[in-house]
Amino acid sequence: MEWVNAIVQGILLGGLYALFAAGLSLMFGIMRFVNLAHGDFIVAAAFGTLLFVDATGVNPLWALLPIVPIMMAAGYVGQRLVLNRLSGKDILPSILVTFGLSIILQNLMLEQFSADSQRVSAGALDTSAISLGGGLTVGTVPFLLFLSAIGVIAVLNWIFAKTAIGRQLRATSDDPETVGLMGLDKRHLFGIAMALASAVVAVAGVLLAIKTNFDPAAGPIRLLFAFEAVIIGGLGSLWGTLLGGVILGVAQGLGAQIDPGMQILAGHIVFLVILVLRPQGLFPTKRGS
Amino acid sequence: MTHLLEAKSLDAFYGDFQALFGVEFHVDQGESVALIGANGAGKTTFLKVLTGLLPVPGQSLSLEGVDLTALRIHQIAARGIAMSPEGRRLFPSLSVRENLQIGASVKRPGPWSLETVEKLFPILAEKANTPSTLLSGGQQQMVAIGRALMANPKLLLLDEVSLGLAPVIVRDIYETLPMIREQGTSVILVEQDIGQAVAVSDRLYCLQEGRISLEGKSSELGRDEISAAYFGRAREAS
Repeated sequence: MEWVNAIVQGILLGGLYALFAAGLSLMFGIMRFVNLAHGDFIVAAAFGTLLFVDATGVNPLWALLPIVPIMMAAGYVGQRLVLNRLSGKDILPSILVTFGLSIILQNLMLEQFSADSQRVSAGALDTSAISLGGGLTVGTVPFLLFLSAIGVIAVLNWIFAKTAIGRQLRATSDDPETVGLMGLDKRHLFGIAMALASAVVAVAGVLLAIKTNFDPAAGPIRLLFAFEAVIIGGLGSLWGTLLGGVILGVAQGLGAQIDPGMQILAGHIVFLVILVLRPQGLFPTKRGS
Repeated sequence: MTHLLEAKSLDAFYGDFQALFGVEFHVDQGESVALIGANGAGKTTFLKVLTGLLPVPGQSLSLEGVDLTALRIHQIAARGIAMSPEGRRLFPSLSVRENLQIGASVKRPGPWSLETVEKLFPILAEKANTPSTLLSGGQQQMVAIGRALMANPKLLLLDEVSLGLAPVIVRDIYETLPMIREQGTSVILVEQDIGQAVAVSDRLYCLQEGRISLEGKSSELGRDEISAAYFGRAREAS
């Protein structure tokens, strides 16, 4: 039973990783753009949640209401003002600039909030649990987190498949030059893509703040898990990213079951094995020519 | 009268390399103009300039008297220049219908809609939900032209429509050209096949090494005259 429990908890943890990874996957998928500050954006959203709860005293889930639109606006403006200048054939400038952004963000947060580990309390929700029968219980917070990961990915997939803006974003991902011939401004579409990714970052940040401890330096490790989830799932597939997150979570859960010190290592080992056996990931997007 | 499109003494560069030299070119409302020339003569470059893909700051290029050189690609498209690019450049992640729909992004009013385009090319209605990558070359070309028409352009640019297609398919596609022109759309077509270019155009320009080597009414130009301009023998002789 302990093993089954480890797997179930791992699956739920995978939901959090998938949330971290979905924004990253979106940015890379549409703009061919690797954002090394992604983890720090998530931690920044978590600190935003902390500020909101300190100021208002309400349940931290309410923080979604201000933080999602603020992050979306910041994402759009940041893309138009800074990141669009880097988009081109060369991937290196975006890596360097977002690496710099990552350092700046971490130090700003350190300056503002100190290096102390923080946690936002969701009140009774923190300790409540749902019984699955057979002696299995899952925490309400991890369970909600997993559901929101599925929800976020379902909404993103719906946007891509059914809406005009989704169609334009897919076309931009295929061929940004030809999109201009259709009368669409690539710079604006990149801004929209960044706003969407930032909305996911905001959700991930708020839920991170409720789920676990965080500190100004917590970003890079989040980024690492997100990268692994994206690569395992296959670039360009959001459901693949969810599965990637789940595989990573389960590997860590089982690793921890063998030996508590094995948790993180087990995840990396599984990632490495998948990278060797199937470098394109489990569900790479099929692209014809 | 101002021309629909007019280029005066237009130069174009790729970095330090000059690709077009003093090109004088115009198209009038409702006209079909062919642009011919050997590989590397500058035909595709000229279309890139017209669409804004290759910016030519400081040059003289206007659509209905409005300077195009200061506009970005998407702004030029919004003013009514649409292109079916060489190699078709369909969006592989989009279905046939989605490829057509994205052509209408500029939201220009006019006769062309999903309905009328699918009436022009009935096969596209049949294959509406097929990924564009699974179509034959001819069908892909129809999508590319249909996608450009969806923008209800004033000026339609057709780059190498016949490239890699069987002659019978090329004929089918060019048979739709009169229907497109009936709606008042002007056309510039770049074509390797001189016979085809002469047959479907009112006027013709020949480019040779980045310069206009011949211009005239398609019906009045002789075959010899055209091939001399095409291969450059006229200049050697003079």
